[in-house]
Amino acid sequence: MSKVIVVTSGKGGVGKTTTSASFATGLAMRGYKTVVIDFDIGLRNLDLIMGCERRVVYDFVNVINQEASLTQAVIRDKAYENLHILPASQTRDKESFTIKGVGQVINELKDSFEYIICDSPAGIEKGAIMALYFADEALLVTNPEVSSVRDSDRMLGILHAKSKRAIDGIEPIKEHLIINRYIPSRVESGEMLSIKDIQDLLGIDLLGVIPESEMVLQASNAGVPVIREEESNSGQAYRDLVGRFLGEDIPLRFLEPEKKGLLKRLFGT
Amino acid sequence: MSLLNYLSRKNNKPSASLAKERLQIILAHERASINRPDYLPALKRDLMEVVGRYIKINADDIKINLEKEGDTEILELNIALPEPLTESTS
Ligand SMILES: Nc1ncnc2c1ncn2[C@@H]1O[C@H](COP(=O)(O)OP(=O)(O)O)[C@@H](O)[C@H]1O
Ligand SMILES: [Mg+2]
Repeated sequence: MSKVIVVTSGKGGVGKTTTSASFATGLAMRGYKTVVIDFDIGLRNLDLIMGCERRVVYDFVNVINQEASLTQAVIRDKAYENLHILPASQTRDKESFTIKGVGQVINELKDSFEYIICDSPAGIEKGAIMALYFADEALLVTNPEVSSVRDSDRMLGILHAKSKRAIDGIEPIKEHLIINRYIPSRVESGEMLSIKDIQDLLGIDLLGVIPESEMVLQASNAGVPVIREEESNSGQAYRDLVGRFLGEDIPLRFLEPEKKGLLKRLFGT
Repeated sequence: MSLLNYLSRKNNKPSASLAKERLQIILAHERASINRPDYLPALKRDLMEVVGRYIKINADDIKINLEKEGDTEILELNIALPEPLTESTS
C-alpha cells in the first residue's frame, strides 16, 4: 500500500521544499520507491533543490491535461534509482489544477510508488489545499518563531477540515511535527521557543528537529538534498528523522549549543 | 555562546517565554473561532428581538461567547441592561 505524505506549514520559507527533498531522498536511500511532487504551480523550485532542473521537459499540469504521460514527466534521480521527481509547471494558469485531475495523477502514481511526497506551496489557498487533500500523513514544518507556530496551528485546523480523510470521515491524517532551523544557543539564552514550547502549543508528535545549518544553503547551491551531506548536522538530523518515520527508535541530536572547539571549527557543521 | 552574549543575557528578558504566552492566547482564540458554530449571529438576532419586547437594548449590549473548558462547552450570554433612568416605559 502506498502512502501519500504532504509537507506543509502555512508560512513560506520555513523549509518545506528543503524537507521534501531530503525526506524523499532519505526514503529512497532506504530502498523505497519514492516520488516527490512539486505543488508550487508557477513557482517551481523543487527541481533546483534536487538538482534536476535541466532535465525538466514536462510537468505536473501537462500530465493533468494529458499533454504528457506520467512516464514522460517524472524524472528519475541520477544518484538514487528509487527516487523520482514530478516538477511543477511554471505557467500561472491553475485552471486545470483540480481535485479530480490531481487525484487521477496520484492514483496512477500509487501503482508504481510506495511513497508519494507532496511539497506544498505556502499559504492556505488552492495549491496548498490540493497538496494536502489526498494525504495519509502530514509533515508539519515549523520554525521556532511566533508567526510560524501560529500558521502551523492554522494548518492543523485545515488538515482537520479540508482533507479528503476529514471530508470522508475516515481515520484522520497522521500528523508529525518537524522543527526546522533550531538554534540551541538561542533557545538556551531564552530568545527562541524551545522544542517543548512548540510541542505544548501544537500538541502533535515530534518527528525531528533540524538545526540551523550553513550546509543547507550550500547543498541547495549544488542541487544536492542536504540529507546526502553525511558530515553535516542537518543532513544527519534528516537521516535520523527518516529512520524515526520508518519506526526506528532514534534519539534526538544536535539540541545542545555547539562547543566551538578546534576540531569542530575545522570539521564542524 | 560568546562572552558578549553571556553578558547581555542578564538584561534580556527571556523573550521566548513571552512568545509562548502570546501564542497560547492567540491559538486558543483562533481554535475557538475555527470551530465557532455559524448559528451564533442568528441566535444574537433572535435574542435581541425577544429581549427587546421587554427592554430597549442595542446590539452591542448583547455579548455571546462560546468557550471550551476541557470537554465542556460553555455558552456565555451577557446582556447589559440600560441604566434604570432610561428604562423603556412604552
Ligand atoms: N535548517 C536550515 N538551516 C539553514 N537554512 C535553512 C534551513 N532550512 C531551510 N533553510 C533555508 O530557508 C530558505 C527557505 O527554505 P525552503 O525549503 O525553500 O522553504 P519553503 O519551501 O517552506 O518556502 C532557503 O533559503 C533554505 O536554504
Ligand atoms: Mg517551497
